[in-house]
Amino acid sequence: MNRGAARSWWKTTLGLLLTAVMLFPVYWMLNVSLTPEQDMRKSPPDLFPAHGTLDGYRTVLDEQLPYLGTSLVVGLGTVVLTVALAAPAGYALAKLRPRGGGILSFLLLAAQMIPGIIMAMGFYAIYLQLGLLQSVPGLIVADSTLAVPFGVLIFTAFMSGIPGELLQAAKTDGAGALRTFVSIVLPMSRNAVVTVSLFAFLWSWSDFVFAGTLVNGGAHEPITLGIYHYIGNNNQEWNAIMATAVVASLPAAVILVLAQRYVAAGVTAGAVKD
Amino acid sequence: MNHVTQMPERRPAQVRKGAAATAAPRPADARARRRPTSPQWAAWAFLAPVTLYLALFYAYPLYRNLDLSLRNYTVRSFVQGDAPFTGLANYTKVFDDPTFAPALLHTVVFTAVCLIFQYAIGLALAVFFHQHFRLSATLRALFLVPWLLPLIVSASTWSWMLNSDSGIVNAALHAVGVGPVNWLTSPDWSLTSVIIANIWIGVPFNLVVLYSGLQSIPGSLYEAAALDGANAWQRFWRITFPLLRPVSAITLLLGLVYTLKVFDIIWIMTKGGPADSSTTFATWSYQLGFGNLLPAFGPGAAVGNLLVVAALVFGLIYLKVQRKQALS
Repeated sequence: MNRGAARSWWKTTLGLLLTAVMLFPVYWMLNVSLTPEQDMRKSPPDLFPAHGTLDGYRTVLDEQLPYLGTSLVVGLGTVVLTVALAAPAGYALAKLRPRGGGILSFLLLAAQMIPGIIMAMGFYAIYLQLGLLQSVPGLIVADSTLAVPFGVLIFTAFMSGIPGELLQAAKTDGAGALRTFVSIVLPMSRNAVVTVSLFAFLWSWSDFVFAGTLVNGGAHEPITLGIYHYIGNNNQEWNAIMATAVVASLPAAVILVLAQRYVAAGVTAGAVKD
Repeated sequence: MNHVTQMPERRPAQVRKGAAATAAPRPADARARRRPTSPQWAAWAFLAPVTLYLALFYAYPLYRNLDLSLRNYTVRSFVQGDAPFTGLANYTKVFDDPTFAPALLHTVVFTAVCLIFQYAIGLALAVFFHQHFRLSATLRALFLVPWLLPLIVSASTWSWMLNSDSGIVNAALHAVGVGPVNWLTSPDWSLTSVIIANIWIGVPFNLVVLYSGLQSIPGSLYEAAALDGANAWQRFWRITFPLLRPVSAITLLLGLVYTLKVFDIIWIMTKGGPADSSTTFATWSYQLGFGNLLPAFGPGAAVGNLLVVAALVFGLIYLKVQRKQALS
């Protein structure tokens, strides 16, 4: 018994060490965000923010709030659009057995493999003609392409698990397909809605490719471009840059803390289907 | 031994649920059960929005991209839309470009090296975390952080860590007596730098997927092997690795598709430079289309389409492997 416990502690220590190595860049981002301007070029750099300052975060509040607001709006818009498109499709593919549904599923999977910059170039050509460049709705539509195929996949897998008897009972009671979907399937799929929403928000919040091509230089730029402009301007205020990076990472942190089991489910759902 | 033969029987039952997500209802199923005649129009009414969406926001941009690559676009004709059709001229232009060979080489090296390291590290960590020690679940969750962070955050953090003069990496190297390395500004090191950053981002995905694969290997197999006197090393190579092969194939193929399209990291850290030393097809395509004052949309789209073809080829292999596994 004693030996087992000792071995387990040895493993925990190793595990802590590995995690520390893996998360060092994250720690470093935090450390630099708190480092005062004059210590930034110190060699060797301070390992701990002993003379920590919040100057970087003050700059974020002064300069980056509009970017954060845009990201929030775009993220929420992407979530609504993604769930509205993917949930009905998932229901149909899982329960209504449409003819040709297999081809559609296949196309959705193939769609996920198209590189983002190619999509961005196509969107650019289209938006230029439609005058949708530098518009928030345009960016929402483009960002949703990151999440819709994944969303359909998750909803289909989840809704396949809803017992058929339940839907049959609803039908016997005279409920049509739409009624069944709204009042039975959707409420029962709350976990799938949460998973899809989380990922849709995170991907849209993190998007750089679409933002960089479609809304660059416009009135409404998301936080990823805020950071990019900071770096691009040869800005030497790395504490402000890293402070912005910390703030931009907050949704990821919140998601990890509040919804870790959904995250792991989402990662695996795309790859291993069992 | 019994357990080994049981494995293939267990899988289909589990996989079936997921297979429904990809495959149409199998004809045999449909015929066998006299299902209630659910009207097709209702099913397609639910599918209509997503179908329309696929056509408008996937197929049409892709078509526009193809069109771009087959015409001689200038900024003026891009706006007016009257560019002359030039057939494959953009493609030959791209093939003859002095950047083509290095970009191809960098794409292959970047993808291969990233895949190997991500998979090896991910597998080692998955085996380690599979041992259930105190805090193992919490630490495993923390390993997801690099995967969840916005790429611009990871890329800018790595940029500063690898900074020649003030970066922590060179400071650490200095402490052990190694001279400063110009990670991002030297042509010899830029590709290595973006590979390191991308491996860091890709490890969590491999860890999580391979860990879920490990969980489906029955523990009794290990007990039997331990009774037969197999040590940990033998248990890994004789049991874990062979039984993990299906999951490994899927992880690697999906990783390949993901890695081929990596753009953000390289663009933010080095812009493909210096002197194209970290240019891949993804960054080259963007560079041509958007990176210069005088955009070359045609050649940019041509490079992009080559990338699409590559991604789709490996993507189809992935789907085939996955379906074969689901049916077996």
